[in-house]
Amino acid sequence: MLTHRHLLGIEGLSKAEITEILDLSERYVRQNRQPNKHSDALAGLTQINMFFEASTRTQSSFEIAGKRLGADVMNMAMASSSISKGETLIDTAMTLNAMHPDLLVVRHPNSGAVALLAEKVNCAVLNAGDGQHEHPTQALLDALTIRRAKGRLHRLTIAICGDIAHSRVARSNMFLLGKMENRVRLVGPRTLMPAGVDQLGVEVTDDMEAGLKDADVVMMLRLQRERMDGGFIPSEREYYHRWGLDAAKLSHAKPDAIVMHPGPMNRGVEIDGVLADDINHSVIREQVEMGVAVRMAVMDLLAQGLRRQENENGVMA
Amino acid sequence: MKLTLTNARLIDPESGTDTLGTLQIEDGIIIDISEGISEGIDCEGKCLAPGIIDIGVKIGEPGERHKESFRTAGLSAAAGGVTTMVTRPDTTPAIDSPEMLDFFRRRAAEIVPVNVLPMAALTKGRNGNEMTEISFLCDAGAVAFTDGDRPVTNPKVLLRAMIYASDLGALVIAHPQEPTLSKGACATSGPLATKLGLPAVSPMAERMQLERDLALVEMSGARYHADQITTAHSLPALQRAKAAGLNVTAGISAHHLTLNQFDIEGYRTFFKLKPPLRSEDDRLAMVEAVASGLIDIICSMHTPQDEESKRLPFELAASGAVGLETLLPACLQLVHAEYLDLPTLFRSLSLNPAKLLGLDSGRLAVGAPADLILFDPDKPFVLNRADLLSKSKNTPYDLRRMQGRVLRTFVAGKQVFPAPQG
Repeated sequence: MLTHRHLLGIEGLSKAEITEILDLSERYVRQNRQPNKHSDALAGLTQINMFFEASTRTQSSFEIAGKRLGADVMNMAMASSSISKGETLIDTAMTLNAMHPDLLVVRHPNSGAVALLAEKVNCAVLNAGDGQHEHPTQALLDALTIRRAKGRLHRLTIAICGDIAHSRVARSNMFLLGKMENRVRLVGPRTLMPAGVDQLGVEVTDDMEAGLKDADVVMMLRLQRERMDGGFIPSEREYYHRWGLDAAKLSHAKPDAIVMHPGPMNRGVEIDGVLADDINHSVIREQVEMGVAVRMAVMDLLAQGLRRQENENGVMA
Repeated sequence: MKLTLTNARLIDPESGTDTLGTLQIEDGIIIDISEGISEGIDCEGKCLAPGIIDIGVKIGEPGERHKESFRTAGLSAAAGGVTTMVTRPDTTPAIDSPEMLDFFRRRAAEIVPVNVLPMAALTKGRNGNEMTEISFLCDAGAVAFTDGDRPVTNPKVLLRAMIYASDLGALVIAHPQEPTLSKGACATSGPLATKLGLPAVSPMAERMQLERDLALVEMSGARYHADQITTAHSLPALQRAKAAGLNVTAGISAHHLTLNQFDIEGYRTFFKLKPPLRSEDDRLAMVEAVASGLIDIICSMHTPQDEESKRLPFELAASGAVGLETLLPACLQLVHAEYLDLPTLFRSLSLNPAKLLGLDSGRLAVGAPADLILFDPDKPFVLNRADLLSKSKNTPYDLRRMQGRVLRTFVAGKQVFPAPQG
């Protein structure tokens, strides 16, 4: 039973809770493949998606997830509204809170901002990515994809490759895969490796061949060019030459290794375009599918928590 | 008017002594110190020490009176045992002209019960382009020149300002943080900052800028004080400069001596400081450097910030913490942990700052000004930030168990805390 009020990060979750979320997600994978994808787990509840940073994929995934569960879903493009009028994050939160939402899905460019907002509202808050900190639903959907492809989520060797420094996806995945007792390797140029990351229970290398050797899972990250000032890499072609995933580099991994990417992809920068579409290895499209199911499961569990709490309060009153 | 304080533990950093005795004051000056007990105010064996001289206090006036005013800073200082506030010029606008400084001094003298010695900006508008009127500002009472937490980026500008200042014997105070590396950083780099996803800077950025500054000191012969040295990486450079006979001193805030980088966990913005809190190894190295005298001065780096500027995502929140009222109890933690004895502590809090600024205070000696504090070093309490007299309550020590309380503060022989009735 997920007892957390919010989902702010993987860090606060236990192994059992992660498994519970993934198990429920499987049910939603089946539901989503039926002609009638609708159920009413969130009927009567209001879900607000607040994206302080532009997003297409994650926001639409959360929107579809909420709608399939019967919630009233509203999208707020925060990047263009009150923020530019000088309102503080907390004031924005208080304003929204007064509209009695039940689920707030929040993405924010600053690390820790979603947790700060969660302190100020009465509803359940889902972190849809905060700065360079965490992106928990991405790690959960990656875990579900791996579990379905490999039949298990432990004792696997997983290489996370590329722009680690700017990636909240890498952090959430490191935490989750570490918790589930996998061997995690970070591979990438040292300029894109955050300081002291080797002390967080992962192996670190700048050599793709060594990093990919006998890996079960190869997870590529997007090179976040928009966050780079001051030259982390000399050029995209040199980056692709050394760290871009192609068939030759992938040959060092296990023959049945799967290739993942959280999207959006830079084809020809971090991954070869043909390989990205190779159905023998690539599970990139499955990841998107799992995303909707995992988000449905998380929102379902958080809503159950809200209802439990309501009942307890009701008994007390 | 004569005042006798007897049965007191007399803590004198100059002689390094801690003895029971009696101290007599007349007309604001210490006129006699003796070992016996006599008639007078019975201090009940509590500690009597020279008042704290705090270099680097930010008062919100002008510009940010909603964060701190002369009145609240004065009350806070008196309650904290700070008998001299050496104030920062990083106000809005910056204190960079003799007219501004004169206005500031007159306001302070009217309102503040403790001594206020203002510092002035080293460059106009603290922009790092053009030196201020250092000579006029000295005449108007500036005791030192600093751009606060903005390092002068252009070494040519800093070199010329240092040469000009050194001819006038003026003290230059710098904040040694390499600006390009530290730009945007709000934590010390390492596993914790990585886990939290915060932009971070290596402590090496401090050493780099310190080494640059020290080279400029060698070229200019300036009197130089580094406001906060917070990492062991900086110490060899500091030691070399001192051994080479350069006119160099260094300070550190009590926060950096008592807190470490892990305190920011959970994105607690009250622990967001400049420079960011360091590793525990660095903290311990700094405590040792204070004990050995390599680091000369402990200050509060009092930086009032209102709730609005702290209740923000960590990266966007303002830096700094209030410290006037917690400086002494925080430092006493180091005494209770037996890193320092009381005379050594007051060497850093009172004697060395007095020497640096050419003041006669900072010691218990006949003829010295009677700027004194009487305190109980052991008295336990739980700090509640709402109880602070400072207008801003941004202390990192909220709800912390502390030991040591100021009982009375005297400035020029006059009691300013507790404030006399009527």
